Amino acid sequence: MEVVGLGIIAACMFVGVTVGSVLAKTIGVSGDVGGVGFAMLLMVIITNYVKLDDKVKNGIQFISNLYIPIIVAMAAIQNVVSALKGGAVAFLAGGIATVASLALVPIIVKLGKFGNNGGVGA
Amino acid sequence: MNLIQMASSVIEKNSLVMSFAVVAVMILVGNWLAGLMGGKRLGSAVAIVIGLGLALYAGRITGGSRGIADVKMLSGFGILGGAMLRDFAIISTAFGAKVEELKKAGLVGIASLFIGIAFSFFVGATVAFALGYRSAVDLTTIGAGAVTFIVGPVTGSALGASSAVVALSIAAGVVKSVLCMVLTPLVAPYIGLNNPQSAMVFGGLLGTTSGVAGGLAAVDPKLVPYGAVTATFYTGLGALLCPSVLFLIMRMIFGA
Repeated sequence: MEVVGLGIIAACMFVGVTVGSVLAKTIGVSGDVGGVGFAMLLMVIITNYVKLDDKVKNGIQFISNLYIPIIVAMAAIQNVVSALKGGAVAFLAGGIATVASLALVPIIVKLGKFGNNGGVGA
Repeated sequence: MNLIQMASSVIEKNSLVMSFAVVAVMILVGNWLAGLMGGKRLGSAVAIVIGLGLALYAGRITGGSRGIADVKMLSGFGILGGAMLRDFAIISTAFGAKVEELKKAGLVGIASLFIGIAFSFFVGATVAFALGYRSAVDLTTIGAGAVTFIVGPVTGSALGASSAVVALSIAAGVVKSVLCMVLTPLVAPYIGLNNPQSAMVFGGLLGTTSGVAGGLAAVDPKLVPYGAVTATFYTGLGALLCPSVLFLIMRMIFGA
């Protein structure tokens, strides 16, 4: 029965990515826009509103546990050579964008809280 | 000698299984090194850095673009670490995410997407300008590369940028995703990256799927779904905004 869990993830993925592809086509860009995001939203809905058999849950949990090994494998197939070869422009453009975006995280979070509180207060 | 040849042919024929074995060793070594450094929680971050290091080494030796997947015995890494299984696993992490948590950051999460794309774009374009690039097409393409390494080439080819500039934009995006994986676990305590809401904002601001996924996995795997749910919209939205609105802004400033 565990495999049913894998089947549920697969179903979410195909529905989500298809929706993302249709959305991309509609706005005229290639690939898909937010396909995995839609699939995740489906998975969230299933988690929160559908009662699943424990064995089915174990199947989903199994893939979820493989997530970090998959990310480690993903890191090992990056084109790190070209990242280093790009020279100053690539390194500075990518590097400053990363560092500055990281620094922006607490600011946006704070703005969000402020906006929410304001909304509730008003 | 014959035995070694036989063993390597067995491995080549079963390279996906080999990739499971090698990743297992990488994670064990990562955890062990993290333990030695006194930060057991950073085990996956260390394993990711080991992966990047191996990718650099393999890339130098093979001259290929797919890291250790270009080594014949390790070609299974291309499947295990490829987009298909990555997306499959990311979706599975949404299992257990709470609707209420997603709702709490809903609007800020969406706002962070637009802010993140525009911000990275203008930082990238400013750096390109400072280093001597002047045409609107070049500046837009490099700026788009600072968004993600997919948005860069998509934008560059839409605008007819030279292949050298497109290559630069890919490199800028790869630097971003690599740095994001490495820096995120280190800076997480200082930027309040410890709850679903900040993870969603983080995903929207940084946006590079692999960088966000790798970075959050190293901080706290429970946060992955929240960051990933916004990050997956980033590249698509970037590919939409960069060659259109953002390019028009650049052309207004720098002329055609």
